[in-house]
Amino acid sequence: MNESMDLKAKLGLDVFKPGVAAHIKIRTGKEKDPRLRKMAMICPAGLYIVNEQGETSLTIDGCLECGTCRLVCGNDILEWTYPEGGAGVQLRFG
Amino acid sequence: MEKFDVIVVGAGLAGLGAAYTLAGQGLEVLVLERGDYPGAKNVTGGRIYVNPVRDLFPDLWPEAPLERFIVHEGVTLMAKERSVAIDYAGDELRQEPHQSYSILRARFDRWFAEQVEAKGAMILPKIRVENVIKENGKVVGVLAGGDELHADVVIACDGVLSLLGEQAGLHPVAMPHNYALGIKEVIALDAEKINDRFHLQGSEGAARLFIGEVTKGMFGGGFLYTNKESVSLGIVIGIEDMMEKGGNLEAPVLMESFKARPEIACLIRGGATVEYAAHLIPEGGFKALHPLHGDGILIAGDAAGFTLNMGFTVRGMEYALASGYYAAKTVLKAKEMGSFDAVTLSEYGCLLQESFVLKDFQNFQATPSFMNNPRFFSHYNELNGNIFRDIYSVPAGPKDRLYPTVRKYLGLGEMWGMFKDFREVTKI
Repeated sequence: MNESMDLKAKLGLDVFKPGVAAHIKIRTGKEKDPRLRKMAMICPAGLYIVNEQGETSLTIDGCLECGTCRLVCGNDILEWTYPEGGAGVQLRFG
Repeated sequence: MEKFDVIVVGAGLAGLGAAYTLAGQGLEVLVLERGDYPGAKNVTGGRIYVNPVRDLFPDLWPEAPLERFIVHEGVTLMAKERSVAIDYAGDELRQEPHQSYSILRARFDRWFAEQVEAKGAMILPKIRVENVIKENGKVVGVLAGGDELHADVVIACDGVLSLLGEQAGLHPVAMPHNYALGIKEVIALDAEKINDRFHLQGSEGAARLFIGEVTKGMFGGGFLYTNKESVSLGIVIGIEDMMEKGGNLEAPVLMESFKARPEIACLIRGGATVEYAAHLIPEGGFKALHPLHGDGILIAGDAAGFTLNMGFTVRGMEYALASGYYAAKTVLKAKEMGSFDAVTLSEYGCLLQESFVLKDFQNFQATPSFMNNPRFFSHYNELNGNIFRDIYSVPAGPKDRLYPTVRKYLGLGEMWGMFKDFREVTKI
C-alpha cells in the first residue's frame, strides 16, 4: 500500500497534458488474459489493476508511454497508440 | 498539397541529427514531433560519448548544454546483503576533449532543435504521425493530425517501438525478448553535495553501473549518473525475464528497493525526486537490428534498434546521432541522383557499415547472449560478496589463512562453471 502511495506521489511530480480519449484500451473480452495480469507487476506507473474476479482494468492517467504493455500484451489484447500530439507526459528533464 | 524534400518523424537525436545535416545543405525539411516540444518524450540513462560523433557535428559541441564530463567510472556487484565496487579514475578522463558527458534530454533536445531551426528546417511539435502514405508500394509521405504530408523521402526516427517502421512493412511488431524496461528518477541535489559525495570537482561527473540484486537475478541492473544539480538514478529490467521470472515482483518496487540500498541511500540523502520516467531500450544488438530502409523511407536511432549493451557500458545516443547523419547523407546523394527508391537508399546501410555504428554492432554482437546469463545477475555477485566478506572479517579467535579462505569458494564445479561462462568473453 505504501509503495503504491509512493508511486502516485512520483507520478504527481511529472507534467501530464490531458488527451481527448484513452490512447490504450483493453479489448473487450480480454480482461482476464494472463498477460494483462503480468502488466500489473511490470507497468512502471502501476496503471494495471487486477480485481478479485481476475479481471484487469487500466487507468490511463499517469501513463509514461514506455510501450512495455504493447510488447507484453500485443495488439490482440490492447488497442494501443501514443496519445495525440501535445497530450500525455511532457518530460522536463528526460 | 504540401510537399517537402524530407519529412523526419520524431525530434530525438536521430531525427534532429538528420534534419540538422539536411537543412544545412539547403533541403526543405519538416520535422514532426508528438511532444509539446522536442525532448518532451525522450529519456536517457544517461551519458553521451562525444568522440564518435564529434566530427559529424563539429559546430554543435562547444555550446551544447551537457551536464558533467565523466571522470569516474564505477561498477558495483550487488549481493543481497553486501556489495563489491570498482571505481576507475584516470587522468585522460579529465583532459579535453572529454570523451563522455551526463545529459538530460529534455534540455539538450530542445536546444538542439533550436540549432536545427537556425539551419532552416521546420519543426512542428504537438503533431502525432498516424501512418505512412504509400503509392505503388513506395512511401511518399505521412498522415499526421488528419493531414496528408508528402515528401521525396521519410526518415522514421520515431523511437524504440517505431510504429512507422511497422506500418511501412519494414519490421514486424516488436517482441519482448529484445527489449528492456528502464525506470528512472531525476533527483535534485546541490552541486556541492554531488561533488563531495562522488569525489568530484567543478564540472566533473561520475557514472556508476550496478549489477545483481538490483534486479533480483533478472537481466538488467542499476545506473547512476551525476548531472550539474541532480542525479539520474534508475534500473533496467529485461522484459522477458520480468514476464517469466518476475513472479510477484513489481517493477516500481524494485526501483524503490534499489534506492533503499545503503550503497545508494547515502548518495541521494536529502535529494528531492523531481521527475519519474520510464522508457524501453533495445537490447538485441546486431542480430535484432531492423531493416534500415525501404522504398522512400529510412529508419534511424532507437527505431532501427541502435542501442548497444556492451556490458561495461550501454550506448545509444551516439548511434542515434550518427545514423541520423548518415541517413541525411544518403538522402543528399539520392537527391543528386534524382531517385529515392530502395536501391538508391541502400547506400545508407553501406555508409553505416563503413562507420563506427555497424562496426560496433558487429564487434559486440556476442554481447547480448553473453549478458543473457542469469549467473551474472545473481550467482557471481553473491560469490564475490562472500569471498570479500571472509577476507575482511576478523573473528575473535585466529584468522584463517588467505588462500584457503578464497579457495573454499572455488571448487572444481565452480571453476568449471566460471570457465564455461567466461570462455564466451573471447567472442567479444
